Amino acid sequence: MDLDVCVRKRLPPFELQIDLPCPAEAMTVIIGPSGAGKTTLIRIIAGLEKADAGRIQYGQEVWLDTTQGICLPPQRRRLGYVFQDYTLFPHLTVEENVAFAAKDRKKVRYLIDIFGLSPLVARRPDAISGGERQRCAICQALAREPRVLLLDEPFSALDVFTRRDLRDKVRAVKDELSIPVVYVTHDVNEALFLADRLVPIVGGRLDKTWLQRSLARAGSPGEERSRSMREPRLSLAY
Amino acid sequence: MDWTALFLSLKLALITTVVLMILTAPLACLLVYCRLPGKAFFEAFVNLPLALPPTVVGFYLLMVMGSDGVFGRLWEGLTGSPLLFTFTGIVIASVVYSIPFALQPMRAAFEKIDPRLIESARILGLNAPAIFGRVIVPNSVNGLAASAILVFLHTLGAFGVILMIGGSVPGQTRVASIAIYEAVETLQYGSAALMSLALLPVAYLFLLIVHRLTRK
Repeated sequence: MDLDVCVRKRLPPFELQIDLPCPAEAMTVIIGPSGAGKTTLIRIIAGLEKADAGRIQYGQEVWLDTTQGICLPPQRRRLGYVFQDYTLFPHLTVEENVAFAAKDRKKVRYLIDIFGLSPLVARRPDAISGGERQRCAICQALAREPRVLLLDEPFSALDVFTRRDLRDKVRAVKDELSIPVVYVTHDVNEALFLADRLVPIVGGRLDKTWLQRSLARAGSPGEERSRSMREPRLSLAY
Repeated sequence: MDWTALFLSLKLALITTVVLMILTAPLACLLVYCRLPGKAFFEAFVNLPLALPPTVVGFYLLMVMGSDGVFGRLWEGLTGSPLLFTFTGIVIASVVYSIPFALQPMRAAFEKIDPRLIESARILGLNAPAIFGRVIVPNSVNGLAASAILVFLHTLGAFGVILMIGGSVPGQTRVASIAIYEAVETLQYGSAALMSLALLPVAYLFLLIVHRLTRK
């Protein structure tokens, strides 16, 4: 089933105003500079933040409709959310974290296996690496059998090798699932690799020309290049 | 040496601790996680026993819990027996008197929990009581333990409030602190010294544990 998002929210520097259809078969990648409203948008989809106006609909189910005063709490949206930085439960082991909201034990074992977490099941989050923690977080989100998967810069704190490895995993997972996946990133390389649909957001609005502009800017010499612009070259070198 | 008084003190402290933990945990949660109107007023009110002399707290409790007081009359109507000068009476008084000692460390412990953990739990489908049981409590065990120990010690040391509500009925309300006071009044210094000595290591040990639990 598809997810349809159309929201507005006043933020201090600008107004977030996004119309975003997320079809079930596609990985929708939201890209844009920091502070463009990407995280706010995804938090509104999750129900963690309120929108000033708008409507979010999953299939026939309305999650948010400000004109009718409908706003489903996050608990009832049944979605998976992988945060930017690790939000595993520190008092639980890797396995307990993955199983935290799981309905099916077999699914938990399966996810732990395919994400290569088997040797770590008894460890606590503070005893594993950043990449392992994010793999565990993805498993935790998937174990709940979510209807929509949201990933908010899940790998931005990781080194380039780990990031590429996990990127492949996410792509593989998406190919197996037919649920809408929304992936937020500021990394052009990652976006181009993952996206079925690319949605550049700048200043709270869809900006179709941003990607071209930033790619062109990266080519011109002398100008300060962002890290994300250098990375495609890095990946060629490896 | 009044063993009954020592035993009574421990019993009072233990019951007060259990009652207060159950009572203040949800309260602390509300104060930390919910935006409530008049929160500051409420907090200042329950923290009053910190600032007022125990005799003042005791006096107001006496007014409320006495046979002419609102709560005292209600209690007598329900149970048929008065509240003053009974063990139940001093339990209630100790609970009120120790609320701040339970609430403050608990609040601090809850405030230390990463709010993203709670967001994550909400997304994973947990309702508020489940979040409390599965996320908040296990991640604030130290704070909860510190809070319990402080309440226990504070109740063990309560004197003025208990004297005003309970008097000194042997086996009912004559707790160690009151027995020691009375021993000194009647010049039984030996007995007072022994009972004091019995309380000292308990208090010291528990304070060490609190220090261990709350450091970092």
